[in-house]
Amino acid sequence: MNDRTETTLDGYWTPPTALTLVALRNGLRAMIIGRRLDRQASNLAKQGYLTVYPSSLGQEACQVAAAQALGPDDWLFPTYRDSVAMFTHRIDPVKVLTMLRGDWHCGFDPKAHRCAPHSTPLATHCAHAVGLAMASVKKGEKRVAMALCGDGATSEGDFHEALNIAAVFKAPVVFFVQHNGYAISTPSRRQFRAKSLADKAIGYGIRGEKVDGNDFVATISVLRDAVEHARNGFGPVLVEARTYRVSPHTNADDPDRYRNRSEAEPWLEHDPIARLTEYLTAQGRLARDTLRDIEDAAEELAADLRRRVMIPPEADPARLFAHVYADPPPHLQEQRIAVLSEEYVA
Amino acid sequence: MNAGADIATTTVTMVDALNLALRDSMTEDENVVVFGEDVGVLGGVFRVTSGLTETFGKDRCFDMPIAEAGIMGVAIGMTALGLRPVVEMQFDAFGYPAMEQMFSHLAKLRNRTEGRWPVPIVVRVPYGGGIGAVEHHSDSSEAYFAQTPGLKVYTPATVGDAYTLLREAIAQDDPVIFFEPKRLYWEKAELPVPEAAEAVPGRAVIRREGEDATLITYGPSLSVCLAAAKAAAAEGYDVGVIDLRSVVPFDEGTAADALARTGRGIVVHESAGYCGVGAEITARLTELCFDILEAPIQRVTGRDIPYPPPHLEHHHLPSVSRILDALADIL
Repeated sequence: MNDRTETTLDGYWTPPTALTLVALRNGLRAMIIGRRLDRQASNLAKQGYLTVYPSSLGQEACQVAAAQALGPDDWLFPTYRDSVAMFTHRIDPVKVLTMLRGDWHCGFDPKAHRCAPHSTPLATHCAHAVGLAMASVKKGEKRVAMALCGDGATSEGDFHEALNIAAVFKAPVVFFVQHNGYAISTPSRRQFRAKSLADKAIGYGIRGEKVDGNDFVATISVLRDAVEHARNGFGPVLVEARTYRVSPHTNADDPDRYRNRSEAEPWLEHDPIARLTEYLTAQGRLARDTLRDIEDAAEELAADLRRRVMIPPEADPARLFAHVYADPPPHLQEQRIAVLSEEYVA
Repeated sequence: MNAGADIATTTVTMVDALNLALRDSMTEDENVVVFGEDVGVLGGVFRVTSGLTETFGKDRCFDMPIAEAGIMGVAIGMTALGLRPVVEMQFDAFGYPAMEQMFSHLAKLRNRTEGRWPVPIVVRVPYGGGIGAVEHHSDSSEAYFAQTPGLKVYTPATVGDAYTLLREAIAQDDPVIFFEPKRLYWEKAELPVPEAAEAVPGRAVIRREGEDATLITYGPSLSVCLAAAKAAAAEGYDVGVIDLRSVVPFDEGTAADALARTGRGIVVHESAGYCGVGAEITARLTELCFDILEAPIQRVTGRDIPYPPPHLEHHHLPSVSRILDALADIL
């Protein structure tokens, strides 16, 4: 499915999308590794090494395609559920999980990695993506910003404001909505009445696309088109990927209180990793050895992640005050000295 | 608008001074961009941004859709690529939709990223009452922002400070909520706008020396305090006035030094008293000066009520008579 909702657009980017075999294999590899790291993170959360972990199990096609659709100067604006996209965006998994480890709020350099910190508030980061895209245009650069969010976030005012402003300024932004059916416990039928979230693009006068978010090939094709559409000055794109949140909201959630387990079955049958594996195998493009190599690499990375996350992070109270201000007011300096001199008794 | 060369010799309004500060900052640094609602061709509802689009072009000063949270969010995103946005919230109470962006991101992004993503943004907010406006055009919301770590809160009380404080706010790397007392927008000053910034944020200025009591204030209440001090002088009391110029940082040293001489102090501001800026100032000065205080520090503030309609606002705002009453209680 790939319903294009063309409206009163000034132009339309229809690039020659040619997915290479290498791109598909890279996608499969990143999905397998991503899922393995995601499972490791869930386990680490259950064992108390992470304070919490929102899993993206079942959404790997979206996660990997989002990161792999971007060019070398483009920025990613992820949410708390997009750790796998951030792994794929080549950020060290330990640094991605810094926030969830309770070590610090963000463990990596956003500018060096062209990736904003995980956004915990819903949809507020969509406007940040628009700002970055507008700044890019002002500076004569060709960067694209991709903002990730879920179906729940589309109910937020900031989502609307971001799309509207991006439309008015033709900002090079891709708003990628992973419609996974739930906002914690609230099903998407309680979030919106629209037939499709992609239809909302019509109201903003921008391009909207709907794609099967469990189909890696379709998802990365649509996202690449969207990124190039935005990059070439045709304005923002809203992409809705239909998928399913197989896991609970986080390890602290209990989905049995609000949905039947059987509901997941059709989605499990359309598992994105199984589908791409099956496709490449049927085409004779995936040797059994290659698959085993990927799985081995995933195991190794998961073991490495566990090993490093289990090392207790250094808790230096000086960090509390170091970066609140560039030039801190006197009362913070007093408190800093007080905290550094006190002996902590739990 | 007066040109920079003339301004040293002509009378200017606070609006002119703010406009010149924006011009000078934009000329000095091409990363400074100005945007908000009606700030482009119109020049802002108070004309503070008048002519900036004409001078600097539509990519340096431009109108945004009416979406305060979006405006704030866009500004934050722009800082990732090194821009230094100055955004206007059209009226105090119209800035409230942007508070989540300001509290959750503007105030915290530097800390969240351990200094890797500074957010050098100035949010200009016309604030305060006394202009006979409707309910949502008269609020004083500085305490909300002063309570939020990561933000600085400046407010000029004079035409000269309007220029120097805004220049300073734009030049620094911390986000500043810049409260412009709208009832002073059309105040004129013979005083030339200083060439070099003389106001140092965090450093209060003594507007009037006094030996009997000290009024501590900022923004729109400065002129009320000066009038009260003058009236008190007619009754034989020597009352000093301190203009804080910034709520965050709070320059407690200057205030404490003055209190050490007088032993009596009153904090005056328009915003609500309960859990307000005056409460913090009073508490801190009491901690510092308890032994030398001759009387409890008083507060003369806006009442703890929603902003009243124009015909009743004089009951709400700090006035000369309310300050004199408070002085009578402690002198």
